[in-house]
Amino acid sequence: MPGAIYAEGLVKTFGDVRALDGVDLDVPEGTVLGLLGPNGAGKTTAVRVLTTLLQPDSGKAVVAGIDVLKHPNEVRRAIGLSGQFAAVDEYLTGRENLQMVGQLYQMRSKAAKARAGELLDRFNLADAADRTAKTYSGGMRRRLDLAAALVVRPPVMFMDEPTTGLDPRNRQQLWEVIQELVAGGTTLLLTTQYLEEADHLADDICVVDHGKVIARGTSDQLKARTGGERVEVVVHERDRMPEARAVLAGFGKGEATVEEHTRKLTVPVAGGAKLLAEVIRELDGRGIEIDDIGLRRPTLDDVFISLTGHAAALTGEEPGEGQAGTKGHGRKAHKAAKETAQ
Amino acid sequence: MTTMSPTPELAAPRPRGGVVQSVNDSLVMAKRNLIRMSRIPEMIIFGVIQPVMFVVLFSYVFGGSISVDGSTSPAAYREFLMAGIFAQTVTFATAGAGAGIADDMHKGLIDRFRSLPMARGAVLTGRTLADLVQTTLTLVVLAVVALLVGWRTHTSPLEVLGGFALLLLLGYAFSWIGALIGLSVRTPEAATSGGLIWLFPLTFISNAFVPSENMPPFLRHIAEWNPFSATVQAARGLFGNFPPGYEAPAAWPMQHPIIASVVWSVLIIVVFRTLAVRKYRSATA
Repeated sequence: MPGAIYAEGLVKTFGDVRALDGVDLDVPEGTVLGLLGPNGAGKTTAVRVLTTLLQPDSGKAVVAGIDVLKHPNEVRRAIGLSGQFAAVDEYLTGRENLQMVGQLYQMRSKAAKARAGELLDRFNLADAADRTAKTYSGGMRRRLDLAAALVVRPPVMFMDEPTTGLDPRNRQQLWEVIQELVAGGTTLLLTTQYLEEADHLADDICVVDHGKVIARGTSDQLKARTGGERVEVVVHERDRMPEARAVLAGFGKGEATVEEHTRKLTVPVAGGAKLLAEVIRELDGRGIEIDDIGLRRPTLDDVFISLTGHAAALTGEEPGEGQAGTKGHGRKAHKAAKETAQ
Repeated sequence: MTTMSPTPELAAPRPRGGVVQSVNDSLVMAKRNLIRMSRIPEMIIFGVIQPVMFVVLFSYVFGGSISVDGSTSPAAYREFLMAGIFAQTVTFATAGAGAGIADDMHKGLIDRFRSLPMARGAVLTGRTLADLVQTTLTLVVLAVVALLVGWRTHTSPLEVLGGFALLLLLGYAFSWIGALIGLSVRTPEAATSGGLIWLFPLTFISNAFVPSENMPPFLRHIAEWNPFSATVQAARGLFGNFPPGYEAPAAWPMQHPIIASVVWSVLIIVVFRTLAVRKYRSATA
């Protein structure tokens, strides 16, 4: 049986750009799928197709058991969407925004009012409920946007880069909200360019690049593909590097790699901290001076680089979405680049 | 924050569908836009100041020089002019609707609305209805100013109301043109200028400010078949603002201005509403 979100062979082109190039997805009910990729990978396009906003050129999509292309309006009753920008009316108050969304979900105005009150409490917006959203901070707007997506407790949620542009504290808060939501049984598809975020929130991860899913699996499975933990050593004197390399080869379970200009040696290992201590003793015993040494566990960044040959967040504009008129990518890309640089 | 209920049910009620839902959703959206407008009062104020300036400038600057059927009295021109200014004012709703909808696109709100199980045309209908309310308010203020500078009607109250009704219908029709512009451009700024630029030739090559009889034949034909002129002519007639001894041009819309005005406005609504709703359905913000 297909999952709560199912897609097969989705293709969408914008001019020459294949924003989606045959994407398959299958998200079991009550789980979180992280769609991970750089700007331009096609994440947003995938979300737009699954949320009825965009017609794919070909392919099949089923959400909550309903065919997206045949019955878009039925799908709309079963989903909540929280986009890249806090899509709230800034001249309405928080309460008015939520009430309006409730009514547009076809709730009676009394029910919409009651639900708005509940959500404002739940998202710590009760104090600001009757102020216009214009006066809200970025984090508050995101919370209001998320609350709007949850008005009818949809069984399937889509979040397109929910924490892009948020400071770490607000990001942490939003993560907690998302985790609660998922604990409640909601199926969630989340796009992100933060590897840490996918690692933290998603049960399964699909790595996308250039409109294709290039890898899928749990965070651990993906990390295992890059070969597990390794020891990195920076040798002080360049001419001692061959000797150090021989030492490392003795401890490692594979070839040591060498970066000449940084004098860095890396070797995959099994054995953790105890092994690291032995490596240090051995190097010290031979009088090889070191500037730095450490045991590195692979991050999803490593996964991404090993899969695509480029780092996750530094590839600039999303061509497909850009052509379709999405604003703010420049700002986002800049921000992402900055954070990666830190 | 409390935890969610363990089994999230599909809680969006079954849409009522059909006309009832369309009306409901449109009213929800109209209310939203009216609340917005009330919180940006400067927009309303500027919307009123501009036509008031036109009334004053045209009345006093051109009033003595423009001949209306042989009479160059400023008073006669003022009476002649008002229907034209009123009509031009209602067409400015185009810019408002366009800018509002472009802004919604820009901020991602249209995406949100399109992901909701709401009636397809409601976002645009709500906006145009709200603009109609704003246009009505502007017209009321403008009529008062017109009365102050000496404009008078010479017909029954019912005919006067009929004249205003035709003007508002024209304004409503033009706000659908604005809706289409708003969905087609990328920024509210572009929608504002895109909504205004073509209004100037349209409203000037017409009978709004000067009688079409004085124009060269080529322009005269355009002016007399201009949809905008039909409403001006109809309102001018319903207000009793033709100069004494006035004879309408022979062109059909000038001879039957009320019918022509209604037909033109309804036609604009049908065409542009269809185009705008289609555009909305495939809108990619």
